[in-house]
Amino acid sequence: MQPGTLSTFLKRGAIWGFIVLELIFFSIAGEFLSVSDKAFINVDNMLLLFKQSAPIGIIAMGMTIIMVNGNIDLSVGATYAISAIVMLDAMTWSMFAGLGDGVIPVAWILALLTGVALGALNGLIVWKTGVDAFIVTLGSMLGYRGLVFMYNGEQPTSHLNWTLVDFAEAQWLGLHTATWFLLVVTAAVWFLMNKTVHGRNAYAIGNNRSAAVNAGIRVGPHMVINFMIIGFLAALSAVVFYSESGSVNPNDGELYELWVITAVVLGGTKLTGGAGSIISTFGGVLAIQLLRKGLSHIGADTETVNLVIGLILIAVLFLDRQLNTKGKEELKV
Amino acid sequence: MSDLTPVLRLEDIVKTFPGVRALDGVSLTLMPGEVHALMGENGAGKSTLMKVLGGILKPNEGRILVAETPVVMSSPLEAKAKGIVFIHQELSLAEELSVAENIYLGELPRKRFGLVDWATLETRTNAILEKLKVGFDARTRVGDLSIANQQMVEIARALTVDAKAVIFDEPTASLTDAEKVVLFDVIAGLQEQGVGIIYISHRMEEIFRITDRISVLRDGSYRGTVNTADTDEEAVTQLMIGRKLDLTRNESHHELGDVALEVRGLCCGDLFRDISFEVRRGEVVGFYGLVGAGRTEIAETLFGLRDPSAGTILLDGQETVIHSPTDAISRGISLVPEDRKGQGLILGMNCRDNMTLPQVDDLKAGPFVAEGAEVSIFDQYRDRLDIRTPGWKQLVGNLSGGNQQKIVIGKWLSMRPSVLIVDEPTRGIDVGSKSEIHNLIRELAAQGYAVIVISSEMPEVLHVSDRIVAMYSGRIMRTFTSEEVTEDNLIQAISGITPDKAA
Repeated sequence: MQPGTLSTFLKRGAIWGFIVLELIFFSIAGEFLSVSDKAFINVDNMLLLFKQSAPIGIIAMGMTIIMVNGNIDLSVGATYAISAIVMLDAMTWSMFAGLGDGVIPVAWILALLTGVALGALNGLIVWKTGVDAFIVTLGSMLGYRGLVFMYNGEQPTSHLNWTLVDFAEAQWLGLHTATWFLLVVTAAVWFLMNKTVHGRNAYAIGNNRSAAVNAGIRVGPHMVINFMIIGFLAALSAVVFYSESGSVNPNDGELYELWVITAVVLGGTKLTGGAGSIISTFGGVLAIQLLRKGLSHIGADTETVNLVIGLILIAVLFLDRQLNTKGKEELKV
Repeated sequence: MSDLTPVLRLEDIVKTFPGVRALDGVSLTLMPGEVHALMGENGAGKSTLMKVLGGILKPNEGRILVAETPVVMSSPLEAKAKGIVFIHQELSLAEELSVAENIYLGELPRKRFGLVDWATLETRTNAILEKLKVGFDARTRVGDLSIANQQMVEIARALTVDAKAVIFDEPTASLTDAEKVVLFDVIAGLQEQGVGIIYISHRMEEIFRITDRISVLRDGSYRGTVNTADTDEEAVTQLMIGRKLDLTRNESHHELGDVALEVRGLCCGDLFRDISFEVRRGEVVGFYGLVGAGRTEIAETLFGLRDPSAGTILLDGQETVIHSPTDAISRGISLVPEDRKGQGLILGMNCRDNMTLPQVDDLKAGPFVAEGAEVSIFDQYRDRLDIRTPGWKQLVGNLSGGNQQKIVIGKWLSMRPSVLIVDEPTRGIDVGSKSEIHNLIRELAAQGYAVIVISSEMPEVLHVSDRIVAMYSGRIMRTFTSEEVTEDNLIQAISGITPDKAA
């Protein structure tokens, strides 16, 4: 075994080990603390867990691409809300009145295009101005949220279409529609990042930008494409979730960016870019959802959940730093 | 060399930076199948010339001809497309990616729909790695490789394209002897295919082993080309250092005091091994060596920035362990770092605040900073070091290099150290201020400080040092007194040539 293999293995597999720990902990603690008499590990409960992971999970896949590329996107929550409004509102537009249920795919496509356009705008600004993605998307987070409020004031935007609800609540091979979307997105993004030139170049750019530039990789277009992908995925996440709920509040999706980034970082993606794995992000998403579910299973309230997740995130990053220092001869800074 | 069209020709290249004429009418001809060494001291302009050639810098005057056709190269990519491949000294690799992906960075073979053709990529890479006889394969993550192997990955990039000219910039800096042999085989292979090779190195034995011709640069100007077979180390050294530099040795000696700092058998991983020396009060010890010889790392270890893996440090005869810069400062060790702007100063702060930075904790009037005390410290050292600034409110970023360096030195003097380490004290400082800094260093020693000067400039080391420690790849080769040192024996010592037993 080469030196470093063990720590690499620990790092790669850590998130799954953590999930197993969570399962064991909540099963045992649930026996004593839970108010319900159902076991924590129960098929329905786990299926629900997957379904509930979908909104954050779908966006997290896009965030992994963005962060591997060396950027960050804080505007996903606002993009999510705008896309949801576009989808629900479009179904009531008079020009589509004659379509019947045919309005559903039209509304979906409009919502997804909205997401792509907002993402492209982010990407173009980052590319053409050279301003850090953190600042650009901090601005667009506020700006896009402003658009949400301009659209309908403080009022929720609602439209319930039962065909849509039926589709969203359907189960196929036991899994919910939302779960299928999450799985398909995960597979597609994994394929993109591991099998295509675009994906590998994204890794190279995040890893050593000047080397990538010197090798003739065009950094800007790659970044714009990645921002379009995350915009698309934020919209897709909204499409999946609001097809079922049918009503969007102007505050929906707030703090999503932070949950998404937490999941991605738990999955081991570096904040500085260049390293990260789609599968581990999937693990990170499940781990967070398990924690939320598990804590409520044993009767903890929401505030506790946030506290615990915050502590775990810091602990994980500390561990990562410990595993990554190369030895005591290293320059201390 | 039957084919007489040069693969590459440089004509009267001039490159100026603000205030410096980095290249002054340099011409160079590279024939096919030739290994052409480019030599010169640090700062002679080799790197600038290669950056011009590699498309990273644009020359102000002169022409570049590839196969006798004038070309303009505006990016490294264009240079590569014209068959000029540049193997960098500093690694430019993406550590998280595989070896194959790094070698073909930016030119991954594709299948339909933008998919990476992994099979082709792997076959091609493994074929190249086979030639290089390395112990890793295409799928290894670059970050898991040793520095030497990473260098081999960098070298492998030269073999991916149909190169006309390959530039190697200090390729052996981190290679072991076995790997060097492989590298030389690779170079010989390229030579047979008619590729012209420019080989930059400081190591005489390599130059004489593999090159056909040697061109020498000094202070940005071309000093001539010689056939390797017709020359020897002496002659090349003469060409490199020339005569016009002020190589006067330090003549004055001060009364030496007790040993202030002694180092015994200090090691730090691969960075340096078995370093022993001592510095007395009133003495200036110069550390001379090539970039990467481990000099700065020794300074960093003494200043508590690195933990040594073995060895002891004695201060005033007492064994000491230095854990951190705070430790070092409290024990009277000060470091004037190599990178003045990045590590030595806070450019956006004014002169006074920079100077009192390490002791501002002690300068308090109640809960507030005692401004008056700060100003008086600043005034004292401004006068003592002759720092020319309109006033203490001036931002340090607006001062000249020489005055900036004096602020850093003043900062440490005000901490009353016993050992002062100065790393590259005159880098990027104009000639006039250089001699001022040199005089200052001599004066400080006269006042009883023990001073260590690390420098890559030979005139500087000769000028200020009472004794000179010559280092070569992490080891002390020899220690000279200022009486016995000559340019020749010094340059030989830092090139790894062991002195004759008779001498």
